[in-house]
Amino acid sequence: MEAVLLRARGLPESRTIATYLAAGGYEGLKKALTMTPDAVTKEVLDSELRGRGGAGFPTGRKWGFVPKDHPGPRYLICNADESEPGTFKDREIIEHDPHQVVEGIAIASYAIRANTAYIYIRGEFVRWARILEEAIEEARKGGFLGKNILGGGFDLDVWVHRGAGAYICGEETALLESLEGKRGFPRLKPPFPAVVGAFGKPTAVNNVETLACVPHIMARGAPWFASIGRPRNTGPKLFCVSGHVNRPGVYELPLGVTFREIIEEHCQGVRGGRKLKAYFPGGTSAPIMTAAEVDVQADFDACAQAGTMLGSGGIIVLDETVDMVEVCATVAHFYAHESCGQCTPCREGADWCMDILDRMVEGHGRPADPETLLRICRFSSNGITICPLGDAYALPISSIVNKFREEFDRRIGTASPLPQKKLPVLPWTGPRPGFGV
Amino acid sequence: MSTRPIVAASPDSIAVVTLDATMEERITELLRRYPTTRAALLPMLWLCQERYGWISPGVMRAVASRLGESPAFVEGVVSFYTMYHTRPPARYVLQVCTTLSCAYCGGRELVEHLKGRLGIGFGEKTPDGEFQLMAVQCLGACGDAPVVQINDDYYENLDVTSLDKVLDELAGRR
Ligand SMILES: Cc1cc2nc3c(=O)[nH]c(=O)nc-3n(C[C@H](O)[C@H](O)[C@H](O)COP(=O)(O)O)c2cc1C
Ligand code: FES
Repeated sequence: MEAVLLRARGLPESRTIATYLAAGGYEGLKKALTMTPDAVTKEVLDSELRGRGGAGFPTGRKWGFVPKDHPGPRYLICNADESEPGTFKDREIIEHDPHQVVEGIAIASYAIRANTAYIYIRGEFVRWARILEEAIEEARKGGFLGKNILGGGFDLDVWVHRGAGAYICGEETALLESLEGKRGFPRLKPPFPAVVGAFGKPTAVNNVETLACVPHIMARGAPWFASIGRPRNTGPKLFCVSGHVNRPGVYELPLGVTFREIIEEHCQGVRGGRKLKAYFPGGTSAPIMTAAEVDVQADFDACAQAGTMLGSGGIIVLDETVDMVEVCATVAHFYAHESCGQCTPCREGADWCMDILDRMVEGHGRPADPETLLRICRFSSNGITICPLGDAYALPISSIVNKFREEFDRRIGTASPLPQKKLPVLPWTGPRPGFGV
Repeated sequence: MSTRPIVAASPDSIAVVTLDATMEERITELLRRYPTTRAALLPMLWLCQERYGWISPGVMRAVASRLGESPAFVEGVVSFYTMYHTRPPARYVLQVCTTLSCAYCGGRELVEHLKGRLGIGFGEKTPDGEFQLMAVQCLGACGDAPVVQINDDYYENLDVTSLDKVLDELAGRR
């Protein structure tokens, strides 16, 4: 496939506006400004672009939910929080071609009639926040942002807003709270951000990669975009592959390629000639897949059908040497650390799973442990919590237990008995495996 | 790479911090960006951390009074996020990624090595105040695992040898 989002990767000075303009940059914005905002939304709807941040919601539909009769202001948010484990694609776009994002923001803001946009970028990305600020400045000087853009009468200010270290702030409503200067506590939905978003006003929140697709859709047309990939799963997609592969990295491929092709061909297989054991198809919040499930197509619908999620496109590959109880414990550590603490099933559940798993890794597994893990996960699933983090920890953990049950049972067989036998809920105070966070 | 050291120009915990004219200028610029003053809180804390090296109680009080918030509210926000230092940090804060891809691609070995070389555990500083070890979650650079962020900079595709070289260089600099 021809490179679209990554076309500038490797070019000298790929970040500058000069390079971007030479490649036809800002043509999409020019075209959009000759159309009505609704026609722009319609074009994006027709392209069947689905959000690249994790949920895969149709972008045109999301923009359509922003009320037109509202007195305003309205806001557009570019979500550059990029904190789902295994995901590093937004950084790649910003590093090599930040103007795609800036142009996408301008077009999206025009479509929803917003005059202010914020890029919420994770606090650790100091370098990439700076790159975005430079690109914004260049765009402003070039007349692509600011007052009366390209003489079309549309005004837009774009600001970079840095987070400060919290996975949860990638969730759109937690992001909005954080933007407003508060703790990143997700909000109850409805109302959805499209109606009551940033500062109580209608707001669209879109991922960096989603917005980077928009200029191409405007410049080359919805039918071109829709011709890539499969029906309902259209366009190029950035897949981030990490873990035990020979060539980890970001690959731009049409939606619908198989995970086998990505792992075996593009990444040149598993490291050291070893066998694949399992992989996460879309960040660790997606249910794990076994080596036998590697022929699934990497797109939203095929993944859903296979009982998992494409999520953010972060593929983590694990080879035959890994111990799945340890993997499960490592995953649990992440969620126990990142739960915001509002909802009991998530706050207590993730911690409790981590305790059980650490204890199992340390050789104190008990016969009831696998079932207890599954029970905790069940109790935190199916939208019982304010935001999807409750499901996000329960799905990987329960899928690992279910698909690799014999490894968990083996841990119990060899376990040394714990002194306190009668306290199944006892917090684990012993050593923590691996890192001891 | 030339990672800048943190200088904990600490107005220590009890000092009253006054935001000077340069800070005031930058704060005014920040406030223009948002429809509410409260929204300037995170960027203002970043400004202060850049300037003072950490967010001391005095800094929190100064920020609170500038934005018309209570110190308790500001402290609540500061404590929610992991990146604001609420104690004076070492000159170099080593933030080691401990999430899956890094853990399984050499991260564990880096942690063992760092703990040995520096003689400290997570959350601790070396006695000379040079290095501090922090365990962090996925830094969004998993394709280049293992990853360590030192102050503002990312160091990727590390192994024990290359990390040692970085530390030698940083330790030698004054
Ligand atoms: C716990 C959690 C973390 C999330 N983290 C991110 C993130 O880091 N980046 C992102 O773009 N979306 C993230 N999302 C998804 C956002 O809530 C939101 O759906 C997305 O930004 C919408 O953009 P899109 O429609 O362009 O995909 C996260 C969601 C949840 C529940
Ligand atoms: S797992 Fe270490 S950067 Fe993502």
